Order: sequence, then structure tokens, then C-alpha cells
Amino acid sequence: MLSLPRKIVDEMVAHAREEAPNECCGIIAGKDGKAVGLFRARNAEASPYRYNVDPQDLFRIYRKCEDKGWEFLAIYHSHTASEAYPSATDVRLAFWPESYYVLVSLVDRDDPTVRAFRVIDGRVEESELKVV
Amino acid sequence: MTVEVRLTANLQKLAGNQRVVFGEGKTVGELLDDLDAKFPGLKGNIVVDGRLHRFVNIYLNDEDIRFLGQLETPVAEGDVLSILPALAGGR
Repeated sequence: MLSLPRKIVDEMVAHAREEAPNECCGIIAGKDGKAVGLFRARNAEASPYRYNVDPQDLFRIYRKCEDKGWEFLAIYHSHTASEAYPSATDVRLAFWPESYYVLVSLVDRDDPTVRAFRVIDGRVEESELKVV
Repeated sequence: MTVEVRLTANLQKLAGNQRVVFGEGKTVGELLDDLDAKFPGLKGNIVVDGRLHRFVNIYLNDEDIRFLGQLETPVAEGDVLSILPALAGGR
């Protein structure tokens, strides 16, 4: 189960709306499984169909988390025109088994969906997302 | 030239579950060859057809080696190499 503060969920949705129609992406830092902060990242693909956290943003955020003793609790991105479920490409490129993959769907712009998954060795498993 | 190499979970499992490993070499490419001799299969996840995998990022200290000399980037004693897979996806 992934537990996220309402503020972080709202921030992801706000980011998704701001970047639409392109996909947004970012990282939720955690400490001992508890979310401690959200880092927005640039989508180097700047595309409605693909995301790739800008490699410079990735390193900057990674370094900051290392310094603070935080981990990448979750990696988030948005789907602006499809459901909040990892696509085949999302699964193929899921190289971070230690992190949750959180998806925000804007299919219903007034009522965005946020779901969390583990993607390990090509297998997708939904995790309960608890908003606290 | 001994260089510290930091790995994330997906590569740690190919390197005896170590977060930090040490390799020898004069360039990033040589260093990866040395690590591959110690941990067979590691390099195949980082280098494809002689080039850095499109969805793998290597940073020498603070710099992305794509902006240095790619796999020919020279390394020096005391350098730290971080290998971070991309956070990417798409339709």
C-alpha cells in the first residue's frame, strides 16, 4: 500500500493539468516508505504520448535525495487521454523496481484518477493508494 | 585507476546486491568492461551495440557523460560514477 498526503496528490494533479496536453513527470521522495516531498521534473520528450525525466533533473533530484537520506518512493506521470494504467511502453521502460509508479489520468478533466502500481520484471501489480 | 560506481536496484541484483562497486579503467568504457568481468551480464544492461543504452544515464561526478566523451570519457582516481536508469515511458 502506498500512502500519500492529500497535498502531494493535489500537486501531481495540478502538474498534470499544467502540462496537458503533454505528459508530466516527477518524483515523490520518501523516507522509510513515508512521502516527504514532491519534485517536478521536465519531460525531455515534451510529448502527449511519451515521458522521459530530463536526465539533468533526474541527477539533481537523485543527488538531493541521497544527501537527505531519502529514496525515490514513487515516480509519477500523467496520461492525458488514456486511463491511469501503465501502458506497454511504461512497463517495458520500468527500470525502478524499488519505486511505485503513480499515474494520473485526465480523461475526465473534472475528476482526475490517480492510481499506484509496482512494475517488477514486466509484471504490473496495482497497489492500494491511500490518501491521508 | 579505481573508480567508485553507484548502482540502483535493477543493476544491484546483477552485482551481488551491492549498491557501490569498484572498477578499474582509464575510460568509462574500460571501467564497464572491468565490472562486466566481475559481474557478467552487467554491461549488457548499460551498453547496446557499443553505445550507451538510450534509457540509461551515466554521470561522472556531476556530469552526464553524453555531454562529455560518451563511453570514451576519461576517468581518474577518486571519481564517482552514478548509473541511473531513465524514468521513462509512453504509449
